[in-house]
Amino acid sequence: MTTALPRLANAAALNDFQKQALPKIAIRHDPKAPPYEGVTHHIMVCFDTGCHASGGGAVALELEKELAAKGLDKKVKVVRTGCHGFCEIGPLVTVYPQDLFYIRVKPEDAAEIVEKTIIGGQPLERLFYKLNENAPAVSKWKDIEFYALQNRITLRNCGHMDPGEIEEYIAGGGYQALAKALGMKSNPEALLNEVKKSGLRGRGGGGFPTGIKWELCRKAAGDKKYVVCNADEGDPGAFMDRSLLEGDPHRVLEGMLIGALVIGADEGYVYVRAEYPGAIRRLRQAISQAEQMGLYGNNILGSGWNCTIHIKEGAGAFVCGEETALLRSIEGERGIPTARPPFPAISGLWGKPTNNNNVETWANIPDIILNGGDWFASRGTEKSKGTKVFALAGKLNHTGLVEVPIGITMRKIIFDIGGGIQNGKQFKAVQIGGPSGGCLPASLLDLPVDYDSLVEAGAMMGSGGLVVVDEDTCMVDLARFFLTFTQSESCGKCTPCREGTTRMLDILNNITQGKGQKGDIELLETLARSIKQAALCGLGQTSPNPILSTLRYFRSEYEAHINDRKCPARSCSALLTFTIDKDKCLGCCACQKVCPVEAIEGDKKEPHVINQDKCIKCGSCEDVCRKAKAINRS
Amino acid sequence: MSHNAPSPCKCVDLAKLEPVFQQYRKKTGALIPVLQAAQDIYGYLPIEVMESIAENLNVPVSQVYGVVTFYAQFHLEPRGKHIIRSCQGTACHVRGASRILGALKENLNVEPGHTTADLQFTLETVACIGCCSLAPVIMVGENAHARLKPSGIAKILDGYRD
Repeated sequence: MTTALPRLANAAALNDFQKQALPKIAIRHDPKAPPYEGVTHHIMVCFDTGCHASGGGAVALELEKELAAKGLDKKVKVVRTGCHGFCEIGPLVTVYPQDLFYIRVKPEDAAEIVEKTIIGGQPLERLFYKLNENAPAVSKWKDIEFYALQNRITLRNCGHMDPGEIEEYIAGGGYQALAKALGMKSNPEALLNEVKKSGLRGRGGGGFPTGIKWELCRKAAGDKKYVVCNADEGDPGAFMDRSLLEGDPHRVLEGMLIGALVIGADEGYVYVRAEYPGAIRRLRQAISQAEQMGLYGNNILGSGWNCTIHIKEGAGAFVCGEETALLRSIEGERGIPTARPPFPAISGLWGKPTNNNNVETWANIPDIILNGGDWFASRGTEKSKGTKVFALAGKLNHTGLVEVPIGITMRKIIFDIGGGIQNGKQFKAVQIGGPSGGCLPASLLDLPVDYDSLVEAGAMMGSGGLVVVDEDTCMVDLARFFLTFTQSESCGKCTPCREGTTRMLDILNNITQGKGQKGDIELLETLARSIKQAALCGLGQTSPNPILSTLRYFRSEYEAHINDRKCPARSCSALLTFTIDKDKCLGCCACQKVCPVEAIEGDKKEPHVINQDKCIKCGSCEDVCRKAKAINRS
Repeated sequence: MSHNAPSPCKCVDLAKLEPVFQQYRKKTGALIPVLQAAQDIYGYLPIEVMESIAENLNVPVSQVYGVVTFYAQFHLEPRGKHIIRSCQGTACHVRGASRILGALKENLNVEPGHTTADLQFTLETVACIGCCSLAPVIMVGENAHARLKPSGIAKILDGYRD
């Protein structure tokens, strides 16, 4: 579809365009829909970074090659979509109109898919999803538990359309919310009221009510105002912002335009991490297409209203996710936070009133405007409305991107949607909210996941990264890991964060290396509380959370490291001894070959011994001893 | 571990910056995009380039240097043909990222942040690539390699070597 895009003069033209575009994607929703211009099938291949890393790109190319070879390239369209969600079993392929869902597709499967499913009209059962080996095969993605328990609003289009085609977004109702908002241009208060009524809270972590934030900026004095989209998704373990920008860029753009209209801004910035080149490409493409169609830029939909949005690439600094640091970075300065007040709503970018929201927050706006605040508020809990996207990662069976109503229990997310723990191991904790969040133990699995319950439990919603760990993960080491991150990302402006995180990290390093001392735990607690109160910005204030939450729920692990010089999870290598079980050792010499320090002695076919003076505890021997499993950690 | 820093090229062609200046000279907040464009041209930011940028954007060299050293993306030394970014995110961490990094260090004989003597590879760590479901992950250039084991690193690197 490389034909020039028409410029839409008004809302009626948008409606006409939508009506014309609908039949082109009808077979994805209605198996009986007639083919459009001879196209009988759509093969949707997930092209998001996750599936791409699993080989999705090669699958799409191979499918196109096979189709061309059979002369079907005009009849069957291969669509490269954004993230479908279930990354664990990618690359994912959906075939319409049959609505068949194929998983772990390899390039070698392309020929058979074309032969059997496209030409023969038959499903390819071996590529269907199965919960386990004995479970029945599931042919439709909607019937898989992972998806069935979700409630997708912001992710609705992700994985189900070509994010590079504005036509597909419009066919699905895209830009209707903007048209509606422009129709109410003379009464922005009414639009603001819908956002306030929705109860939407900031999805970047803090959870500040979006409507109130908008109102502050709208009421602020100033002839020039800005809107900003924070896409500096730096929390390790969270990737929903990337997936949204790659999979449904127009939704974010539409949300920002509506926000600008309500606030009275005519210019905006999207601040994207440079580590997300795919998201930046998609966004650029989306802006250019929207501009051609008169949905962005000058005289939007003939309303006389103008708005420009720029893309700013981040340059690799986690602290720039903090809003005042982000604004400094857009201005071309070092991304160092400033004290609030004044809040950006009063004095932000270049001293002008600025409203900054996260990607997922903006992505919720079109639906709120189109369906009303009450519709949105019917989901979620009393104080946390709507749905939230979570990135499931760590030692789970089903990793990927999920969207669930707020208030769902952690148990449902981890065990029903996430499929429980890998390799039949025991659940130990879930880390929520990234380096600013906390670890929650098994006893809190039935906690409803909402902004306030999480804070009470010592964690926070954060951007929505959920990293699940099992019995093999040491909680002291996990806290140390997060501190290493915040310590190196601390900008250095305020002393509590700069010096405090360094001291806390020193103590944690000592504890995990078996050099912990009596009093360390108390010192950690004192430091953590002082930093929480005294640090300048969110990065510093929340940096002690991983320590405080692991101390609260896993204190005995700290004590074992310090008092008994033992790591209960058998993970901290300095506290481990590797030995070889003489009765199990086959004398195959595999461990001898991989040992980097030649610490393993013993002749062929004789039991080997590890020389403890030489051993550096790297675990290489354990990796290669798969058959005999003769290496013990203690 | 020894590290042989490649000697920086003394012959920087500053004329290549002219189109960048023309695009950004009058714009506010131009310093970071100009530095990004300059690094795309030269692969890193030699002192001559930073001085030229300071002069053309009318800001002190100290400010340019301050911004360059604040952000992880900017480099003061030449970089390898292939940039390896080893993800150290939470999901990768709990699935063994530190051992993947260990295998990379051993294979390349450089520490993170440095470039191999033959200018083939620069090894870096990154906080999160956003492929958490497929941990542990590394990126070589723009290609992500997922679900890695330390034993598979050598083969991946060989695929990029000249």
